[in-house]
Amino acid sequence: MITITDLHKSYSPRNARGTTVEALKGIDLTVADGEIFGVVGQSGAGKSTLLRCVNLLERPTSGSITVAGQDLTTLGEADLRVARHGIGMVFQHFNLLSSRTVAENVEFGLEITGVDRAARRARSAEVLDLVGLGDRASAYPSQLSGGQKQRVGIARALAGNPKVLLSDEATSSLDPETTDSILQLLKELNRTLGVTIMLITHEMEVVKRICTSAALIEGGRIVESGNVIDLLNTPKSKIAHALFPLGESRGEPGNTVIEIMYAGHLADEPIVGRMSREFGIDVNILGAAVEVVSDHRVGRMRLELPGSVESNAVPIARLKDSGLYVEVLEGAL
Amino acid sequence: MNINWGVMIPILAKAIGETFQMIGIALVFTIVFGLLVGVLLVSTDEGGVYEAPFGSRRLGAIIHAVLGFIVNIGRSLPFIILMVVLIPFTRLIIGTFIGPTAAAVPLTIAAIPFFARLVEIALREVDTGLVEAARSMGATRGTIIWKVLLAEARPSIVLALSTSVISLLNYSAIAGTIGAGGIGDIAIRYGYQRYDNSYLFTTIIILIVIVQMVQLVASAVARRLSHR
Repeated sequence: MITITDLHKSYSPRNARGTTVEALKGIDLTVADGEIFGVVGQSGAGKSTLLRCVNLLERPTSGSITVAGQDLTTLGEADLRVARHGIGMVFQHFNLLSSRTVAENVEFGLEITGVDRAARRARSAEVLDLVGLGDRASAYPSQLSGGQKQRVGIARALAGNPKVLLSDEATSSLDPETTDSILQLLKELNRTLGVTIMLITHEMEVVKRICTSAALIEGGRIVESGNVIDLLNTPKSKIAHALFPLGESRGEPGNTVIEIMYAGHLADEPIVGRMSREFGIDVNILGAAVEVVSDHRVGRMRLELPGSVESNAVPIARLKDSGLYVEVLEGAL
Repeated sequence: MNINWGVMIPILAKAIGETFQMIGIALVFTIVFGLLVGVLLVSTDEGGVYEAPFGSRRLGAIIHAVLGFIVNIGRSLPFIILMVVLIPFTRLIIGTFIGPTAAAVPLTIAAIPFFARLVEIALREVDTGLVEAARSMGATRGTIIWKVLLAEARPSIVLALSTSVISLLNYSAIAGTIGAGGIGDIAIRYGYQRYDNSYLFTTIIILIVIVQMVQLVASAVARRLSHR
């Protein structure tokens, strides 16, 4: 649905002494139809610039952006405006017009596309029901809570039936409970309407809760990207480690430290107990977490086994055989 | 104080009429051109919707600089001097420089830059995020100016307008000294030159009442329009 190829964006200096800032240094990214794709990164990593390039709020310095089969970078101004009607966007600070009621805000995009008044009314009532704000149509944004404002923002973005929804830190200024309900709503809309969602966030929780795929951006480059479950099974994946922080406990020197990852039915098996019984070794649990990621129950555990890696070769092989992902952290060299 | 109301009331009524006439005419033109100049000042600035008219950033910068320069000239001249300088121009378009209609010309020229700057401030207060949201929805520049910038700045613009009306009232008294008529003219001629304090104080009271009413109405309208 969205294909980004070799995208560069640099900001030219404001004066002779300034330096050119390279915000994006060659981004390649594909967001498949119907996905919820999360781009994570710290502030300043370029994720916001990247998202704003997708609907060309920022014009890239070079590279191409294809949304729903149309290369936006080649479009003239008028065609670009039409293309934007098919790309909804929600913002961290909601960006609702304070002078308009909730319904009038939702209708704004439809006014732009020239939909007549009666049809606008009907459509805004429809999408407001969809986001659970059917009864607040005539309220003003200032009378709403943060979560309700974001629901209006989502309704406004969806009013024109877009194929793609871009979310710019949509939950970052909301409290944890409200964040939960907004994420739930996005997930539901993705499922029922089939709208493809590309979101940027600095919160791993968002990826964990709703994303089917994710990319990590650092210093203007994508350093990791893919299906979330696949990433969890990728050795040394930074996203996987960030999704499952296990603490800093590293075990005793000379011992073997391994990390195991398990998903689905394996999460219900007594792995540690069986291993110590079968091989007669004292397994020490350094850290463990079980989470639900993209609707899959997955767990990660850091274990300390006495002795060198060589002496533990058999139990490690046995773990791998039973379908677990195993990563040897210490004693391997 | 012995006041002859029978004489005074018709004189004041005529003066008030003249004041309203010159301010009224000036106000109409001030609103139209002040809004236009204010919108141009904001939209041709860096980051504005017309920062690059016809694709040229340079053209935008030039328009912005020239407009700003003209506005500053208009604001640097004291009204009494502006009025004298504009006499030939006023004669050209009205045919005379005496009377309230003629006075509306320098009043308008003085009020446009003042109001334009206030409009500029009001428009700059609009959150840039709103403009961005409108752009993301495929809004044209015209839509952004009308439905986002001007719509959101309405309460501030109403207050700016009341400030401008009060300034116009101030200027109109000065215009009175060179034959425009109006309340200021009465205060000067009867109050100052004839030492008739009853005229002086009555005109002062009238001016105070007008200013209070303008401010009261403007504040009420602004409050009504604001949903922040």
